[in-house]
Amino acid sequence: MSGVVFSAKDLTKTYVSGETQVHALRGVDLEIFAGEVVVMLGPSGSGKSTLLNIMGGLDHATSGELSFKDLRLTDLDDRGLTSYRRRHVGFVFQFYNLIPSLTAYENVALVTEISDDPMRPEEALALVGLEPRMHHFPAQLSGGEQQRVAIARAIAKRPEVLLCDEPTGALDSRTGVRVIDALMKVNAELGTTIVIITHNAVIQEVAHRVLFFSDGQISKAVTNEARRAVAELQW
Amino acid sequence: MRALDIKLFRDLVRLWAQALAIALVVGGGVATLLLAVGSYRSLDETRTAYYERYGFADVFATVRRAPKALVDRIAEIPGVAAVDARIAQLALLDIPGQSAPATGMVVSLPEVGEPKLNRLYMRAGRTPDPSREDEAVVNENFAEAHRFTLGSSFAAILNGRKRDLTIVGIALSPEYIYAVGPGDIMPDGRRFGVIWMSERALASVYDLEGAFSSVSLKLLPGTSEREAITRLDDLLDRYGGRAAYGRKDQTSHAWLDHELDMLNNMSRTLPPIFLLVSAFLVNLTLSRLVSLEREQIGLLKALGYRNTSIVLHYLKFVGIITSVGIVIGSVVGTWLGSYVTGIFADFFRFPFLLFTKSPDLYVAAAGLSLFAAAVGALRALREAVNLAPAVAMQPPAPPVFRRTLPLSLSLAGLVSQPTRMMLRNIARHPIRSSFTALGMSLATAILIVSLFTGGTMEQLIDVTYFLADRQDATVSFVEKRPREVAFQIARLPGVLNAEPYREVQVRVRNGHVERRIMIRARPRGAELNRIIDADLQPVVLPESGLAISDMLAKILKVRVGDTVEVDLLDGERRTVSLPVAALVEDYLGIRGIMDQEALAKLLREAPMANGVSVSLDRNRQDQFYTAVEDIPVVSSLALQAASLASFRDAVAILITTMSSIYTGLAAVIAFGVVYNNARVSLSERARELASLRVLGFRQGEVLRILLLELALLTLIAQPPGWAIGYGLAWIMKTNLAGELMRVRLVVEPATYVFASAIVIAAAVLSALIVRRRVNQLDLVAVLKTRD
Repeated sequence: MSGVVFSAKDLTKTYVSGETQVHALRGVDLEIFAGEVVVMLGPSGSGKSTLLNIMGGLDHATSGELSFKDLRLTDLDDRGLTSYRRRHVGFVFQFYNLIPSLTAYENVALVTEISDDPMRPEEALALVGLEPRMHHFPAQLSGGEQQRVAIARAIAKRPEVLLCDEPTGALDSRTGVRVIDALMKVNAELGTTIVIITHNAVIQEVAHRVLFFSDGQISKAVTNEARRAVAELQW
Repeated sequence: MRALDIKLFRDLVRLWAQALAIALVVGGGVATLLLAVGSYRSLDETRTAYYERYGFADVFATVRRAPKALVDRIAEIPGVAAVDARIAQLALLDIPGQSAPATGMVVSLPEVGEPKLNRLYMRAGRTPDPSREDEAVVNENFAEAHRFTLGSSFAAILNGRKRDLTIVGIALSPEYIYAVGPGDIMPDGRRFGVIWMSERALASVYDLEGAFSSVSLKLLPGTSEREAITRLDDLLDRYGGRAAYGRKDQTSHAWLDHELDMLNNMSRTLPPIFLLVSAFLVNLTLSRLVSLEREQIGLLKALGYRNTSIVLHYLKFVGIITSVGIVIGSVVGTWLGSYVTGIFADFFRFPFLLFTKSPDLYVAAAGLSLFAAAVGALRALREAVNLAPAVAMQPPAPPVFRRTLPLSLSLAGLVSQPTRMMLRNIARHPIRSSFTALGMSLATAILIVSLFTGGTMEQLIDVTYFLADRQDATVSFVEKRPREVAFQIARLPGVLNAEPYREVQVRVRNGHVERRIMIRARPRGAELNRIIDADLQPVVLPESGLAISDMLAKILKVRVGDTVEVDLLDGERRTVSLPVAALVEDYLGIRGIMDQEALAKLLREAPMANGVSVSLDRNRQDQFYTAVEDIPVVSSLALQAASLASFRDAVAILITTMSSIYTGLAAVIAFGVVYNNARVSLSERARELASLRVLGFRQGEVLRILLLELALLTLIAQPPGWAIGYGLAWIMKTNLAGELMRVRLVVEPATYVFASAIVIAAAVLSALIVRRRVNQLDLVAVLKTRD
């Protein structure tokens, strides 16, 4: 493995939600390397999504440091984070978050239009095997197809990292496997660093490294000596 | 097209009904402005051009008999650009097929060429042949009212002699745009006509060869009218001149001015209210609509879109909706403007119409609407854009709900869960709920301000025609007569009661403020011409002292007990001081009223009368009319019933038309507001409502939760709406109050009921449309997505 992509030091995040204070992250130290596939596991509320959101520049940390390569994300303001997301990060969300009024092709184009060196939308859609259905609206696509459009949208700008929050959470087993397959293909062909949050323990077997979260901290990190092929996955 | 623009386009298509409803609200505001200001400007410009092209004079005076040689001396008055001297007399007209004699203003035309001032616009025919004594030109209003055409004939009683006249021409004159007969308020072609005849013919009838009885002056720009009038009065004094007056006191001009003023004031009062209300509502609605996009905004941010692009995207969204509204409003407003201009121009009988284009108005209306929409969108965007994308993409944290009442008083058992949900939802969003209610209050309010004129006009009619001036007819004389003339009139067939009155022109002054008015003197205890005070009770006039219109008291800034200076302009001219003895509640014109004996003493004359008010036995009216025609000294006969009818006609044209149009626009705005309100509420709560459906609630039950809130807010909004409406009506009434006409604000209960009924109807209609949507809620989608 070469180069550190993310490095976090004593990262904390406290939410005020309604009338309660939630300590989502309680001092996280972490390094993620280029080309790595990292899976984050842990119960709800253990801080995985919070960490992923801060890594993706979707949210601010309360204290601590987080860098992307030489870029200190924790020092960036909103504008800085926006251009960071625009250049370096692709997202895949649990509920796809496609724009319902745009077709698959247009949803991808939404991103390629604001990127410096993007793929063509049809190219990205071909990578996830959706080229034939690219003129369909989200409502005309199955959940798995929608998620693959979201992946195509995320990778179309050739991001260095792909952050996936429960990408298979809303999908059945067979469809979920196809989505993971698409992600691994992106990792293999483009060398994109991929961080996946999941509740599904089976998925950890495709990762280079697995991080276990509990109570806002990383409780355990395991490196997979041998990764399973996606085709072998089943849940 | 860029993906973001495609999204914009599709969002607009998806939300077309809502977008159109908002556009209609914008359109309503814009249309009102264009309609009101546009029609005012067109009419004002038309009048100015008409005056200029047909030489409408600046100063007018009547005189008993002045030699023509005096014209040269009048022309020498500094600042006088042109002088036109002529014969003008009032006369009774005997119209075939009409029992009551009408009144005519008989005016001479020069033997050669056109008059120097107040020239005629010939609609048809020609001017009379100077050698023919039986040819006449009549004003169009009069001709149409009697279905006269060229060649028709009628009779006029000229100086006591009945003469048959043949119509050879039909004309319009800038001097008689508003052709009102003596004792009348509104133009009525049936009762009053202007008859132009050759000077030779009239001079011989009135014994005015080589003389004139009426003179008009055109002044050079910058000339002091006051000074010219003083000098003219000096010249005319020894020939029986009655004080000269300017345009301000010329009946036609003054009334036209008043009508245009009223339009102008209306255009300054109503459109700003409408436009502000519509701006507020658009702001409110678009802000809620954009708030609904919170998650998409979060996503766009997550994808790397900059705040500026996102803000621009939504500004485009509201910009397009607003622009559609502006276009609709411009088209409708311009069309309504020319329609209203046409109606007014018809009423005034302008010979031509100048439509003014007012680009400044379009810009102002468009600017304000766009600004309001943008501010509304930005308000919502600021909230969404400032959130970290991770937060924005989550649904908002569950709001903190509280029990609306302490536990001990809880509504448990009294109120069902759905009702409780509705109450808590209103209580949880106090600002949003009160803005929503305020929006509907404003909708009710602008309806009230459009509708209230009906009741107010009825009150005016009631006081003027049934409380104050209760006579059936008024007979006036060419010259003042001894008061005993009343006995003579009382003996005419059909007369039940006769009261003489004396009228004298005066200038009344307090400090620098001065007005020219008539003082009318009536016998003590007069039963027909009564004085009504602010409590609508008849007032007994003190033996001395002057009662004046409440409006005049306000203009002069005097109260009962104060003293005013009065220049008597009739007979022996002098200036006296009179105490203000009472204030009169009247709505038309400003005037003074005195006791007959007191005025006679002031004028140093035996009690005289200029006319007699009579009440008539309905069955013997015709005999009365015939008898009046035979009295040579009678110059005019005014009929109260006809006057009321023409007043109602004019109100129908000038006021009811306008108020109907405004009501229509207000109703459109009201519907747009209520509908959007229902639709946005549905979107905001779609997930919650669908969840209830999943839990087993029936469609009707879910609908009830949504509509109960709409119904409750609509009802809560009504009383404040009435109050705001009353306030706006008061502002409008105050702005419209003028010396010629003003009203006491009366908003009838029916007006409130009608305004609320329209808003409630809009709510019901919206509910029906929303019901379809509720029935289409996608239950599976709710289960599948988060939250």
